[in-house]
Amino acid sequence: MTTPVNPAQVNRAGLGRADYRGQPSTLCQGCGHNSIANQVVNVAYELGIVPENIMKFSGIGCSSKSPAYFLNRSFGFNGLHGRMASLATGALFADTSVHALGVSGDGDTASIGMGGFKHLIRRNAPMTYIVENNGVYGLTKGQFSATAEVGLNLKHQGTNQYMPVDICMEALAASATFVARSFAGDPKQLKELLKAALSHNGIAVLDVISPCVTFNNQENAFHSYSWSKDHSAPLHEISFIPKLAEIRLEEEFEEGTVKEVTMHDGSVILIKKLEKEYDPTSRANAFQMIEEATANNWLVTGLIYINSEKPTLTDLYHLPETALNRLGESDLRPARTTLERINALMF
Amino acid sequence: MADQVVNDFSVTIATVNGSGSQTANVTLLRALFKMGIPVSGKNLFPSNIQGLPTWYTIRLSKNGHLARRDEHEIVVALNPASFGRDLAAVLPGGAFFYADDIQQSVERTDIAVYPMPVKALARAADVSANLRDYIANMVYVGVLAQMLGIDLGAIQQALDFHFKGKEAPVKSNLGVVQAARDWAAENLKKSDPYMCEPMNATDGYIMSDGNTAAALGAIYGGVQFAAWYPITPASSLAESLNVYLPQLRKTANDKQTYAVLQAEDELSAIGMAVGAGWAGLRAMTSTSGPGVSLMTEYAGLAYQAEVPIVVWDVQRTGPSTGLPTRTAQGDLTQVYFLGHGDSQQVMLLPASVQECFEFGWRAFDLAERLQAPVFVMSDLDLGMNQWMTRPFEYPGQPMDRGKVLWEKDLEELNGVWARYKDLDGDGIPYRTVAGNRHPAAAYFTRGTGHDEHAQYSEDPATWEANLARMKKKYGTARTLVPKPVIDTLQGAEIGILSFGSNDPAVEEARILLNQAGGPQSDYLRLRALPCTQEVSEFIKSHARVYIVENNRDGQLRQILSAAIPDQAPRLRSACHADGLPLTAEWVRDAILAQEED
Repeated sequence: MTTPVNPAQVNRAGLGRADYRGQPSTLCQGCGHNSIANQVVNVAYELGIVPENIMKFSGIGCSSKSPAYFLNRSFGFNGLHGRMASLATGALFADTSVHALGVSGDGDTASIGMGGFKHLIRRNAPMTYIVENNGVYGLTKGQFSATAEVGLNLKHQGTNQYMPVDICMEALAASATFVARSFAGDPKQLKELLKAALSHNGIAVLDVISPCVTFNNQENAFHSYSWSKDHSAPLHEISFIPKLAEIRLEEEFEEGTVKEVTMHDGSVILIKKLEKEYDPTSRANAFQMIEEATANNWLVTGLIYINSEKPTLTDLYHLPETALNRLGESDLRPARTTLERINALMF
Repeated sequence: MADQVVNDFSVTIATVNGSGSQTANVTLLRALFKMGIPVSGKNLFPSNIQGLPTWYTIRLSKNGHLARRDEHEIVVALNPASFGRDLAAVLPGGAFFYADDIQQSVERTDIAVYPMPVKALARAADVSANLRDYIANMVYVGVLAQMLGIDLGAIQQALDFHFKGKEAPVKSNLGVVQAARDWAAENLKKSDPYMCEPMNATDGYIMSDGNTAAALGAIYGGVQFAAWYPITPASSLAESLNVYLPQLRKTANDKQTYAVLQAEDELSAIGMAVGAGWAGLRAMTSTSGPGVSLMTEYAGLAYQAEVPIVVWDVQRTGPSTGLPTRTAQGDLTQVYFLGHGDSQQVMLLPASVQECFEFGWRAFDLAERLQAPVFVMSDLDLGMNQWMTRPFEYPGQPMDRGKVLWEKDLEELNGVWARYKDLDGDGIPYRTVAGNRHPAAAYFTRGTGHDEHAQYSEDPATWEANLARMKKKYGTARTLVPKPVIDTLQGAEIGILSFGSNDPAVEEARILLNQAGGPQSDYLRLRALPCTQEVSEFIKSHARVYIVENNRDGQLRQILSAAIPDQAPRLRSACHADGLPLTAEWVRDAILAQEED
């Protein structure tokens, strides 16, 4: 039901913030995932997205519970562990005007779901794919995930010996068209990146370091609040300008300090240089930057790579204007006369 | 020479896999079919692309029996590696044709022996050197045409069909057939009794394979989404979708009303189908036993979350990789219980190519009506071999899209509805699908415990009530699935219950039983699980019911014993699995042996 709202407090879709809410969270207090869920609510409200135009997907794990905590008015499917990618892929064909928003975790994506994750990306499925990355299996009580750093000590697990999977590196290698990294403790940047991801026409992978306060928040742990804050190195200052906004860019920013990336729908990402120049439209730059960050133990955040030109999975199919799931028998069952021809075609 | 045997014998052709003999074999099969002679063809091929022995058996049966036979009256030997056993396989009084370049002795005097100058005739053919080995297979087609009396016009029709009317390959192949026929007329003297004569017993039939039929059936059933992963013997089902969908399912402005996607594995293939089915598309996947194993978790989720999907299981011989190019009916118990916890799946059991077409569309109606997975259990024999079959019949009823609420329905309900509530008493709730813009349309789908409003719940009573409703829904399925086909005879003493591709063997075995002085039998051909009322009535009305199936453990008997426990003592197993389709003789003997006990 549409909640009655004060006209002053509605967005351009005519909806109030309450229309974007989800169920109360059942995750731990202080869990990074909760701040991400809040940012999804904020972003969808601020962008004036009609919740019915979103469908939510997830796998299994703490992260995968979170789609229940935002956008009650969006369809959602909490699927199988590591299998969100395929679930979303099939659903994307039903009505291409509905945007897919997936939330997965580091276990769900980088271990059990790695195959599906890579293939979803290589097909450029039009979908926002958030990885709530905390380096640990929370729901099964604190085992190592594949993104845990070498040397991480966990209470009942000992010390991790294996190299971590870098979600952004994997996404890039699989030919992702939008790769970003952020930190649940940096709501401002996360919000802008989320806005850009939701406007991207294609797969948008958003790796968000999202500390697990219960099992992996030790001071020196890579996925903890304190380490992430101390080692966080933003690539740039980022702002997202939706297509409809009428902002004179030149007036707000000094010339030469800002790079504009125009998105498929006409929205613009403004990237303000910080210490170093970084061009997120170069895939080679992206690989090199991640290599350097890893070598130097930095948590580099920001828009790592974007390519707005590639056709998406559903673009590759010549689908009708009408959503496939609204086609009826007359569209779907060939005429009787065609079967006579088919029978004649058999020997 | 013995009296002529006309249109009632088997020809087995022994070749090397990958040598191109399949074109020649299917040409012979089709030519005989065009002559009006009932025929069946069984391709016994290895799991290999090139080099291992392959056999193709064509059975001609003037009485219309299409089951595989173990006996070979005529053998054509082109493979040195299997030459000895091919020679030994010829029935006494039969005929042995062989390539004369094979340097092995032929020491049988109880059969007719015909050498064929395969290499010499192929060399003389007017084709490029790289095609010579392939076209060499046409030599035996020509020799058999002469020696058995196969009509050259029928062979030409078969070649026209095979090469889709392309003049050059038809001409060069037919040239070799003619040359070989002429050579045989001049050089071979007929000394065996086997002959072909035209009949009109194939009027009103077409020839096709079950996988093509399944794909076409799905297309007429309005399939909108198919995801698949390559696996023998199911691959050609999805490949047929790719062949026929563009021909049959484009809109006036050339848009496609479907999407087919080759997935990265079977986990994803079914996952995509579940996503599409959930979002309101007629969605399917096709696979075989090993793929079904990988699909298990999603099948359980689809059962629990109540998502319609259609899964074709074209069965092959397991366990494990097993005999991947051989047939079996060994996935019954696996699929019947597929999923962990208490799950029950709906299964359709097609017995003919025509029925593959019918279940191709019907499966979608059932899946959407029941909001559940529907498994169609074909097998390699049905799916990959060419069969004469009745023409495909246009669906006799409108599509049943099930209980789906759209915007206007929700407006009428003032937005008040509950995803998992049993309003109609049939256990089937109402659903909405993504893309429905009504503000009350959305719900959160999950495999976890949920209440009628799709809200997360661990409440024991809620959990149990939901499971009970799904059981009730399965009861509703019992009233919707295709009923069995029952054939009764006066004075029948026993019942035979079978399904799927066993049908021709069972039909013939009933006659053979009589000829052997065995009991008269009634026959129930099961077409679906859960079984309908008719099945228990059939079992109840017979003191003994033989369940004939192509697996080791009598899986259907296990299922029926559990489903109808009070009738279980009447059930006897006649099961057997060696990778080959059952023969009528085996069915007869299996029943006779138990009747004598």
